[in-house]
Amino acid sequence: MSVGLNHFLIVSAVLFVLGLFAMLTRKNAIAVLMGIELILNAANINFIAFSRYGGVNMGGQMSAIFVIVIAAAEAAVALAIVINIYKNFQSVNVSEVDKLRD
Amino acid sequence: MTVFDSIFYIFAIITLVSAMVTVFAKNIVYSAFALLFTFFGVAGLYVLLNADFLAITQILVYVGGILILMLFGVMLTNRVTNIDIRSGSAARIPVGIVVLGLLVALGMIIFQTHWITYKDAPWTSSIWNKDAVSASLTEFAKQQGSEGTAVTIGKLMMTDYLLPFEIVSVVLLIALIGAAMIARREPDPVEEV
Repeated sequence: MSVGLNHFLIVSAVLFVLGLFAMLTRKNAIAVLMGIELILNAANINFIAFSRYGGVNMGGQMSAIFVIVIAAAEAAVALAIVINIYKNFQSVNVSEVDKLRD
Repeated sequence: MTVFDSIFYIFAIITLVSAMVTVFAKNIVYSAFALLFTFFGVAGLYVLLNADFLAITQILVYVGGILILMLFGVMLTNRVTNIDIRSGSAARIPVGIVVLGLLVALGMIIFQTHWITYKDAPWTSSIWNKDAVSASLTEFAKQQGSEGTAVTIGKLMMTDYLLPFEIVSVVLLIALIGAAMIARREPDPVEEV
């Protein structure tokens, strides 16, 4: 069976599931962010695979570029928030962060 | 098995194995470095899908930007004197069951759907002349092969996708200012006086 659309979709599905697992089980806030990055990469693989196999168009690749840009913005803001949480709680364990104010 | 197939399997294995290390490693620094290989593997898959510009962008933005940012985050949020840079995990078994169920469902969707790829798309048989379509496809492939996708993406960015491009640049500016505001060190009240 030669490699086709299905193979890329399966890789992307496994990547998505791994990212979801990391997001739901890790306690370190930065590890949760890594899970989100994995999920965004899985979405990007889907976009580009459909762009390649779905016909002669570039729509999927353009969407993937915007996803990368949003991911960069999201990582910057999220890490700023994580550093602030660390300043206030001396920990980045997401299950210990349970106060909105002192 | 063609060369394309074997390269695909190599990159898929790199991507998935290092993603598993990212998810399951106890030490967060190991996770960060495994994430590096995941991003490289995904960039390789982009190249296989004729997205050369995106593969370069992936390496520049993810490896050069986001991953470095994450490593800084790891360094800034762990006491170096304290050896405890391990991070625990919670509720692994129930989440694992749910996530495996989701994977099975996704696999069934992927394999049971009849995806219309352009080889068996309806226009190749009925609406248009078959030879004309395959000629235009080879023309497209030739054009892609000679100059890559960067030229096409640049043209599209300035024509069809101009509004999203402008919006996303404003979003980036806002995120930049916001991140700088949030992470800024609070001025010491004693020094202020």
